[in-house]
Amino acid sequence: MPEPIALYVHWPFCAAKCPYCDFNSHVRERVDAARFGAALRRELAFEAARLEAEGQGGRPLASIFFGGGTPSLMPPQVVADIIADATRLFPPLPDIEITLEANPTSVEVSRLAEIRAAGVNRASLGVQALDDTALGFLGRKHDAGQAIAALEAARGLFPRLSFDLIYARPGQAVAEWRAELRRALALAADHLSLYQLTIEPGTRFATEYARGAFALPEGEEAAALYFATGEEAARFGLLPYEVSNYAKPGAESRHNLAYWRYGDYLGIGAGAHQRLTLREGLVAARRHRGPEEWLARVEAAGHAITATEILSPTDRAREALLMGLRLSEGVDPARLQARSGLSLAEAVDPAMLAACLDEDYLTWTPEGRLAATWEGRLRLDALLPALLR
Amino acid sequence: MTNTPLSRIRNFSIIAHIDHGKSTLADRLIQATGSVALRDMKEQMLDSMELEQERGITIKAASVRLDYKAKDGNDYVLNLMDTPGHVDFAYEVSRSLAACEGSLLVVDASQGVEAQTLANVYQAIDANHEIVPVLNKIDLPAAEPERVKQQIEDVIGLDASEAVEISAKSGLNIEGVLEAIVHRLPAPQGDPDAPLKALLVDSWYDPYLGVIILIRVKDGTIRKGQKIRFMAEGTTQTVDSVGVFRPKMTPVDYLGPGEMGYLNAAIKTVAETNVGDTITDDRNPAAEPLAGFKPSIPVVWCGLYPVDADDFEKLRDSLGKLRLNDASFHFEAESSAALGFGFRCGFLGLLHLEIIQERLSREFDLDLIATAPSVVYKLTTNKGEAIDLHNPADMPDPTLIEKIEEPWIKATIMVPDEHLGSILTLCSERRGQQVELTYVGNRAMAVYRLPLNEVVFDFYDRLKSVSRGYASFDYVMDGYDEGDLVKISILVNNEPVDALSFMAHRTQAERRGRSICEKLKELIPRQLFKIPIQAAIGGRVIARETISAMSKDVTAKCYGGDISRKRKLLEKQKEGKKRMRQFGKVEIPQSAFIAALKMDS
Repeated sequence: MPEPIALYVHWPFCAAKCPYCDFNSHVRERVDAARFGAALRRELAFEAARLEAEGQGGRPLASIFFGGGTPSLMPPQVVADIIADATRLFPPLPDIEITLEANPTSVEVSRLAEIRAAGVNRASLGVQALDDTALGFLGRKHDAGQAIAALEAARGLFPRLSFDLIYARPGQAVAEWRAELRRALALAADHLSLYQLTIEPGTRFATEYARGAFALPEGEEAAALYFATGEEAARFGLLPYEVSNYAKPGAESRHNLAYWRYGDYLGIGAGAHQRLTLREGLVAARRHRGPEEWLARVEAAGHAITATEILSPTDRAREALLMGLRLSEGVDPARLQARSGLSLAEAVDPAMLAACLDEDYLTWTPEGRLAATWEGRLRLDALLPALLR
Repeated sequence: MTNTPLSRIRNFSIIAHIDHGKSTLADRLIQATGSVALRDMKEQMLDSMELEQERGITIKAASVRLDYKAKDGNDYVLNLMDTPGHVDFAYEVSRSLAACEGSLLVVDASQGVEAQTLANVYQAIDANHEIVPVLNKIDLPAAEPERVKQQIEDVIGLDASEAVEISAKSGLNIEGVLEAIVHRLPAPQGDPDAPLKALLVDSWYDPYLGVIILIRVKDGTIRKGQKIRFMAEGTTQTVDSVGVFRPKMTPVDYLGPGEMGYLNAAIKTVAETNVGDTITDDRNPAAEPLAGFKPSIPVVWCGLYPVDADDFEKLRDSLGKLRLNDASFHFEAESSAALGFGFRCGFLGLLHLEIIQERLSREFDLDLIATAPSVVYKLTTNKGEAIDLHNPADMPDPTLIEKIEEPWIKATIMVPDEHLGSILTLCSERRGQQVELTYVGNRAMAVYRLPLNEVVFDFYDRLKSVSRGYASFDYVMDGYDEGDLVKISILVNNEPVDALSFMAHRTQAERRGRSICEKLKELIPRQLFKIPIQAAIGGRVIARETISAMSKDVTAKCYGGDISRKRKLLEKQKEGKKRMRQFGKVEIPQSAFIAALKMDS
């Protein structure tokens, strides 16, 4: 069977821009949702036709992920149409995972039932905090009460549920974070994304932070918060299968695993990225980030790809390792070689590999995979440039 | 103008502690004799280098010819020889003094005798100078001429009862100084018919004329077209021109005995002209050269490295250009694992080092890093071989060394009584041996023998800070003594950093080793791995610090859209590593070593 494929669908609109967010999201007074929906379907059809022409028609579809922006602002009918098209063009695996990101505001919660009916079987809620002051700081439009109500509603509707929290906020003490996280874990999701607040260039926070408006926990403090996060999650049976993602065994996000395992994925919508194995090799492509420009291009040409790049063996090995070492399961050397054309010994600096194994930053799993230990994961961004060739 | 009888010539220099008014007095003398039109007058006429003017120090010798009609109605030629005042240039000073018969000893009437006054006055006495004390700044409210006169008599042993009291700044009693030069300083002696003997006082490079040589004629005459011989160098040249400084270079037909002036010939570098050499007539040479010639030898060495590796060739050119004008400093290429390619440079002393470094950055716009200065150690191997060690990194295995000798100095420190205690503590910490301790009023004069090694390492700064800036200091070299000296290596991640190794006395080793380790711990950013930093003597670690591994550095969010961005970032980081120095599995930014070395100076 050919390798399954993952599909990402980007909805680039938000009701408001959050001060920490550097994603491709845009605030528009009016959105012609039907027209954008049609363009997404057109881009999907274009990619399907291309794969067909490559002799890769009928690759099984393992997951769909509606991300954004705020995809819970999409009309449920648009969601339904895209799912229908996707599962028609690519035969879905029986356990296909279809996730949609939603905000816990009341307007969006009121649509969750319809979204479920459209075929979405996993909801991912942008809760971000269970503390009203923190939610205010993060520029969120909901309060903690609404967040809990949204989680309860979603739990009743979707077979699988995840939500996001942002920690290591200004002045946040480890004990406070533990308490907040425990309240979150008690809300019985099977998956959590727990992100340390980072300052991304070009965001409002970046400006304020540079001005000294607030400080963030750093160094030892940040490490202590991270450690506490893993401990609390483990008490509720959620394991850190990726740097910032915690799940009960079997409840991992299959779609996101496709990225980290460096599989093929299709990305449609403004600014979406994709990596597809075509005849010429593994091809990375990116689409126009501006929603209106993207729309115009899709309507004119069937797609809005602005840049493609055929990835060299070194590029592929680097990407596979920088993603794969984020996972607890690590990287399978055989898979690395098949995917990149380079053996592990060719892809990394052997002396640095030995040093990292020696220091217990990296380890060989019983299955013969190379994985980062807790200590290694903590310093992964420093480890990778040293390790990779 | 050059057939002045010997009896109407006076050759003199001015000796003074820094800031006691030497340059101002020189300016006034030039002005008072009308040697420079008022409109051409500027301050510190004789210090032509920007650095000399700014810092009030004289680096190169210079002379100026003053025409003075004295009160006795006669016309005199007064040749003022401006000499470097610093001990680094002690040999150059002694040659400049040898060109004169007398000195004005300028002392600040409120501050009194300082360490540098003493060092220089003793040199003048050694040169058999007649010395006229001059009390400057007499118009200041704090001036105490009687006390200072007494001090001059007590400390130096000179009769100061007829000291000339002046204010160079306001021009008060400059006439008195001129009359004292005429009547109290001796006229030169010399034989116009003897074979030529002229002292090479100094030389410098002029971009238009080539090398200009400052000379003092003792016997015979020197003229344009004459074939001359440098007796020590053994070379011959034909004189292109001779002249005097007024203070502009003014050609004359010839220079006779007792005269000071310049000569210029087809000489390309000052390295061919040794200060102290005797110039004679090639066809009618003098039988004996003038006494006292010795080549100047660097006593302090350090590595100079460009901060930007691309500046290496520029540094080589710049050092070459500076050497055109200063043959006393030496350089040779060397390389260091921590700092890349650079030069090992030898200097006459710490001020000389500082001056060269400053000129490189100022005149050649070079960003430099200097390793800790090292003195020259004399090693004797077990086999009886003698080695001069200029660079601690070159120190052979200590088991092969029979003995190590280090240079000592004799230092004179003058300090107000209330700071004496801390000065004595400092000197004894630095292995000083007290030679003499005397009081002059409320000022103490301590004479110590000190290892030069202890002085090149932050001694001035400590001296300044423990005396709140009131101590003055000067020294002369005082031979070599055997010492219990060890090489201390600094190891980063168990690998020695050659640029940071240094020699120290065994008793100082641990303290200094620890201080460098602590400093590096502050400066080296945390990394993926913990980094041990050690100071070691041979295989024995004497101090150790550990830089912990960085605590957390991992991207929180990384999904499908982030891969390309992360890969590009990785490529950039790998590029950045080229500026790092590899120590086993850790990479230290060169900037950390640079900062460590900068903190030293």
